[in-house]
Amino acid sequence: MINRLTRGRSFTAVAVAGVAAITLAACSSGSSDEAAEPAADEAAVVEEEAPAEDGEAAASGAAVTLITKDSTNPFFVAMQEGAKETAAAVGVDLVIGSGKEEGDDAGQIELIENAIAQGQDGILITPMSVNVNDAIKKARDAGLYVIALDTPTDPPDVVDITFATDNCLAGQAIGEWTAGKLNGEKAVIAELVIFNDRVVSVDYCRANGFLEGMGIEVPTLEDMTSPAATGSYTTGAGGDYEIVCLEATGANEAGGRTGMETCLSKNPDINVVYTINEPTAFGAAEALKAAGKTIGQDVFIVSVDGGLAGVEAVKAGDIQATSQQYPLRMAALGVEAINTIAGGGAAPENTSANGQFFDTGVTLCTDDPMDTVTAAPQESAQYCIDNAWG
Amino acid sequence: MSTATTSNLTEEFHERRTPLQRLQGVLHKYPYLSPLIVLVVAVVIFYLLNDRFLLPQNISFVTQQTVVVGTLAIAQTLIILTAGIDLSIGAATTLAQMAMANLAVYTTASNVLPIAGQNPYVAIFIGILVGVLTGVINGFLIVRLSLPPFIVTLGTLSVFTALTLILFKARTIQKPEMPEVMQWLGNTFQIGEFQLLYGVVMMLILYAIFGYILKNTAWGLHVYAVGDDPNAAELSGISTKRVIFSVYVVAGLIVGIAAWLTIGRVGSASPNPDPLLNLDTITAVVIGGTSLFGGRGTILGTLIGALIITVVQNGLSLAGLDQAYRVLAIGILVIIAVATDQWIRKVKA
Repeated sequence: MINRLTRGRSFTAVAVAGVAAITLAACSSGSSDEAAEPAADEAAVVEEEAPAEDGEAAASGAAVTLITKDSTNPFFVAMQEGAKETAAAVGVDLVIGSGKEEGDDAGQIELIENAIAQGQDGILITPMSVNVNDAIKKARDAGLYVIALDTPTDPPDVVDITFATDNCLAGQAIGEWTAGKLNGEKAVIAELVIFNDRVVSVDYCRANGFLEGMGIEVPTLEDMTSPAATGSYTTGAGGDYEIVCLEATGANEAGGRTGMETCLSKNPDINVVYTINEPTAFGAAEALKAAGKTIGQDVFIVSVDGGLAGVEAVKAGDIQATSQQYPLRMAALGVEAINTIAGGGAAPENTSANGQFFDTGVTLCTDDPMDTVTAAPQESAQYCIDNAWG
Repeated sequence: MSTATTSNLTEEFHERRTPLQRLQGVLHKYPYLSPLIVLVVAVVIFYLLNDRFLLPQNISFVTQQTVVVGTLAIAQTLIILTAGIDLSIGAATTLAQMAMANLAVYTTASNVLPIAGQNPYVAIFIGILVGVLTGVINGFLIVRLSLPPFIVTLGTLSVFTALTLILFKARTIQKPEMPEVMQWLGNTFQIGEFQLLYGVVMMLILYAIFGYILKNTAWGLHVYAVGDDPNAAELSGISTKRVIFSVYVVAGLIVGIAAWLTIGRVGSASPNPDPLLNLDTITAVVIGGTSLFGGRGTILGTLIGALIITVVQNGLSLAGLDQAYRVLAIGILVIIAVATDQWIRKVKA
């Protein structure tokens, strides 16, 4: 009995020590705000040495941090590649970092604070959520030029400018394609999104853009639960629709499979699957195949991304249509822009349809083009494979 | 004479027990009974909320979704029975899984390993060995350096995560690249209206094997003895260090197998470990009635615990509630399970 108590106590002690360690770590990163000033001086010293090492290539010697949501999604890996190539070419001192996973706001905030502390010239960031807004404002106050890549901040003017795919337009294109493909048939829709309990712009813009593309009324763009569960779509021949589920997947294969399984449990007659990205689509395809569905006949899978594996899946028939975006271009242009500004050049200007961001373009990849698609140019899977990232 | 007196006393004692005490006694004797009750109640509630819950297809899905956590929970059970804990189990699985996938798939982006592009069987074998190695490392640090398991595995959690990112360039190996053999455990076969995953069969076989070993072999009894009272175990001639080390190595083997299962289930290999995987395995073990203080619990309880996690997630989702409620429900279940465990442990044997 005595022994048991001792062990119980030592376990508790160890647990408390562990929690204390984690809390301390969190506190220290939180307090780096105060530490920013002296650290910035140190960084300035380091920076002076940098051009000497880099030789002539580092003419302007701009320092840039690229912060993605994670470092494993091929999309962000492509972004990092694009930034690295351009940085090497124009002589920019590049720091690359990311959150640990989707939803890791704290990791991104820490990286922004580090960039301020190092006295860098600019930040390229794929913002995780509104929770990083304050840190971004701090960076801009400290004189850094901040460009949002891929995902606009909410509100968009938190950053200096956004280089992005028009995600609403990307969603709209696959929605228009779906309505054309159904040609009047009833749409029984599964929506596989990143989160269903948090508001993330890329999430609602693609999903609700998809519904709008089909001609389904979306009362509130920011709210994925706002469209009516049943009603009729108007694009193309038009027809009835039913939204079966809005499942959170974390935008990965495992989540895609589990989410699709849950949707099939709710209604096995699903014939349209919207997926936030292609890894999610692969997971969903697994679940559909395991349930005995023939993809491309019983059910159509549409997605947004255009990664190499994704557009190869379009060619193979596992995905029917996907909107391809260009992360490499986003990051490359971002690095160039900050380098130009640091060298005294002009800042870039918005080019998108709504004038809110710098549009890096989107292409609808499908081997079954539809007349109903107007939001983006349609190209064959092979064209998209030749232009794919990742 | 004295024997008779004792039995008389016992009878009197039994008679004076309240129904609650009797329940306490029964739950103490069969540790898997309370999780079983929770599972049955949960199933009934979810069926009432949405009658599609009990359709064969959904039950098939629930079993498929249990496979990774369920398998890893076997390893976690062995460790917790020795009064240890493994926080690194998810990161170790990801490391083994990425080793497996990267050995089998040659890509220009991930050709860090000069030996990439192996026969998939060789890759699976080496991947499982990597799992064993993670167990050897944990076991060595805990037994040889006499460090507490909580701290050791908190450290190796970071080490394994970092190694995965460094060695494999943090790149996801996607489904189209993955050799068919590596995905085999993710295939299903039909029994009536039920679809069974080969991976589920593998998991159930592992449960049967470890259920047998824990109950019927000297090693199994030693695991319980070491967890219940290491001093007494040592005095009765058990080498506690050897038993604990072997438990971590065996856990590593299960991790290696779980890595293969994960590839089968998901179809791809991502270097991002599921952030909840560690905690889900511990949750399954705790809900399954195994005591965090070691020495008490069953492998069957863990299987039920793992099923409860999936059933709650799937059931709440079918009932139309979002993610946050699933997380909430699991949290409450854990607290109830630990409270129940404390209460049962007070039983006068």
